[in-house]
Amino acid sequence: MDGPETNERTSEQAGGGGADTVRERQGGPGDSDALVLAPGHTYASVTDKISSIVLTGKTPRGWLLGFGLSFALVMLLLYAISYLLIAGVGIWGVNIPVAWGFAIINFVWWIGIGHAGTLISAILLLLHQDWRTSINRFAEAMTLFAVACAGIFPLIHLGRPWFFYWLFPYPSTMGVWPQFRSPLVWDVFAVSTYASVSFMFWYVGLIPDLATLRDRTRHRLARIVYGILAMGWRGSAMHWKRYEMAYWLLAGLATPLVISVHTVVSFDFAIGILPGWHSTIFPPYFVAGAIYSGFAMVMTLAIPIRIFYGLEDFITMRHLQAMAKVLLATGLIVGYGYLMEGFMAWYSGNHFESYMMANRLFGPYAPLFWALLLCNVLVPQALWSQRIRANVPALFVIAIVVNIGMWLERFVIVVTSLHRDFLPSAWALYFPTAWDWATFVGTIGLFLALLFLFIRVLPVISIFEMRELVSEMDSRDGA
Amino acid sequence: MRARLPLYGLMAEFDSAADLLDAAQRAYEEGYRRMDAYTPFPVHGLPEALGFHRTRLPLLVLLGGIAGCIGGYSLQYWVAAIDYPLNVGGRPLNSWPAFIPVTFELTVLVAALAAVLGMLALNRLPMPYHPVFNVPEFELASRNRFFLCIEAVDPKFDRGETKHFLESLKPRGVFEVEP
Repeated sequence: MDGPETNERTSEQAGGGGADTVRERQGGPGDSDALVLAPGHTYASVTDKISSIVLTGKTPRGWLLGFGLSFALVMLLLYAISYLLIAGVGIWGVNIPVAWGFAIINFVWWIGIGHAGTLISAILLLLHQDWRTSINRFAEAMTLFAVACAGIFPLIHLGRPWFFYWLFPYPSTMGVWPQFRSPLVWDVFAVSTYASVSFMFWYVGLIPDLATLRDRTRHRLARIVYGILAMGWRGSAMHWKRYEMAYWLLAGLATPLVISVHTVVSFDFAIGILPGWHSTIFPPYFVAGAIYSGFAMVMTLAIPIRIFYGLEDFITMRHLQAMAKVLLATGLIVGYGYLMEGFMAWYSGNHFESYMMANRLFGPYAPLFWALLLCNVLVPQALWSQRIRANVPALFVIAIVVNIGMWLERFVIVVTSLHRDFLPSAWALYFPTAWDWATFVGTIGLFLALLFLFIRVLPVISIFEMRELVSEMDSRDGA
Repeated sequence: MRARLPLYGLMAEFDSAADLLDAAQRAYEEGYRRMDAYTPFPVHGLPEALGFHRTRLPLLVLLGGIAGCIGGYSLQYWVAAIDYPLNVGGRPLNSWPAFIPVTFELTVLVAALAAVLGMLALNRLPMPYHPVFNVPEFELASRNRFFLCIEAVDPKFDRGETKHFLESLKPRGVFEVEP
């Protein structure tokens, strides 16, 4: 990094207002002691520290235990899906009128979690937020695995999942095409594009690090595997130029993509004419909710990883505090969404809308709605306090509470609107069955199992971007 | 036997990005053109110092995006208005607002594919074999060392003189790169 550019960035920092949490940078009151990287690190030390997590011959016992437990849950998932394929969706609690039960709740929950990964890697890159560097790699991995879990639900919800490919436009002998005016078909395109682009972004980011692992490993098989995956990367200056260009263009493409994906997911609801769904606030409210739940999940994962692998030098308090602020800001947007839903239900004067709201507040699922307000609106207000933001266990607890709250939000949206819509003669209650729970818990196991594998075989922090950060910090100190 | 083969080039090893940048500028001033630098992270200004200014990648991505956009919309138009027209409440067959989401997704998808595959293709990757890896010290290029390699195909390349020139740049060492 040369001198003038560094100065430019410093003045940009000073100009960023405190009101905009995402843009707030070093120098906020009380945060000045927390750096994005602990001092004293060199290119060699960051490379060795991060690659040693992967290249060690000894698998930590805690890893084996965690992977074993999550793998057991994967088996539960496979069992639940196998029985579903044999018996059909009747094993779930869904029926008319609530035909969208756990499958859609979990789909929206998982895909929302994925969004923080793209936000951190793409939007924060474009905004020059250097604190993204040590969390972007595993946030991107989290995105991929969350999208994998999300993708399972609509597929197994199809009734005859083995015909899933009918969703894609291909010249079939039946002569029938998908209905492109349906939000459910938009969803297929949005989610599959999102999965593909997230994978490419993640893999492109990994190429130089795979080369580092290829050069550092002493294990023959590992060298061959990393070597094939690194595709012969040699760090040529011209390659880096095209590489950076591709990376920035991908970030620029992924930014509108991530917004479009949850917008399309919200269209699944908003284009339906059900009270509580048919609302123009849904797209922004869903996107904010997605970022909210995603950051909560990043925090839930980052806190144990940094302690367990001793990465406090790289994932510093500054990262946790910045994430806590994003959590607070998006939580307020989500709270505003709830408020507006209530206001519009009253202001519209629509009988069905106002009944929907009364039913949420006092109906059979009211405890879930109040729990959701507690988890998503009340508890995160603690993050206004500087002391709470500096308290790692408190942040961990709040992040988990928000994860639960966002799941409850999707439950409330899906179930309360469906179970009492227009005619009381068509009303019914929805209760999930043991199979619903087994599938949901199973995907949590799948998510964790994939994460454990990722931590074991790939660098959990982007090594080359950390080296770049070392170089930038050196030139900043020198300036 | 191998020693008799012509060299791929000569390679100098440096400790810091600034030293390498300086060396690259000096080599360019000296008249060397067929050379490349190898670094553990992107060093700004280095490709320009080596005489590499522009990449065609953004153009490829733009073309990919346009292809995805036109292709995506045409697919939907052809399906909904020509091959399988469905009259839904008398609404127009070419109901363009409903076609925007899929058109947008395909624009992004094809542009992103163009960015990744274009970057790999322009970089000639995957490349299973490259002579620079014959230098044992080169494995540090992905850790903390910076390398400048002047290739033998450069018209100004001369085994003795180029070696002398590289040594004048005060590197950690100068190595011969076997082809």
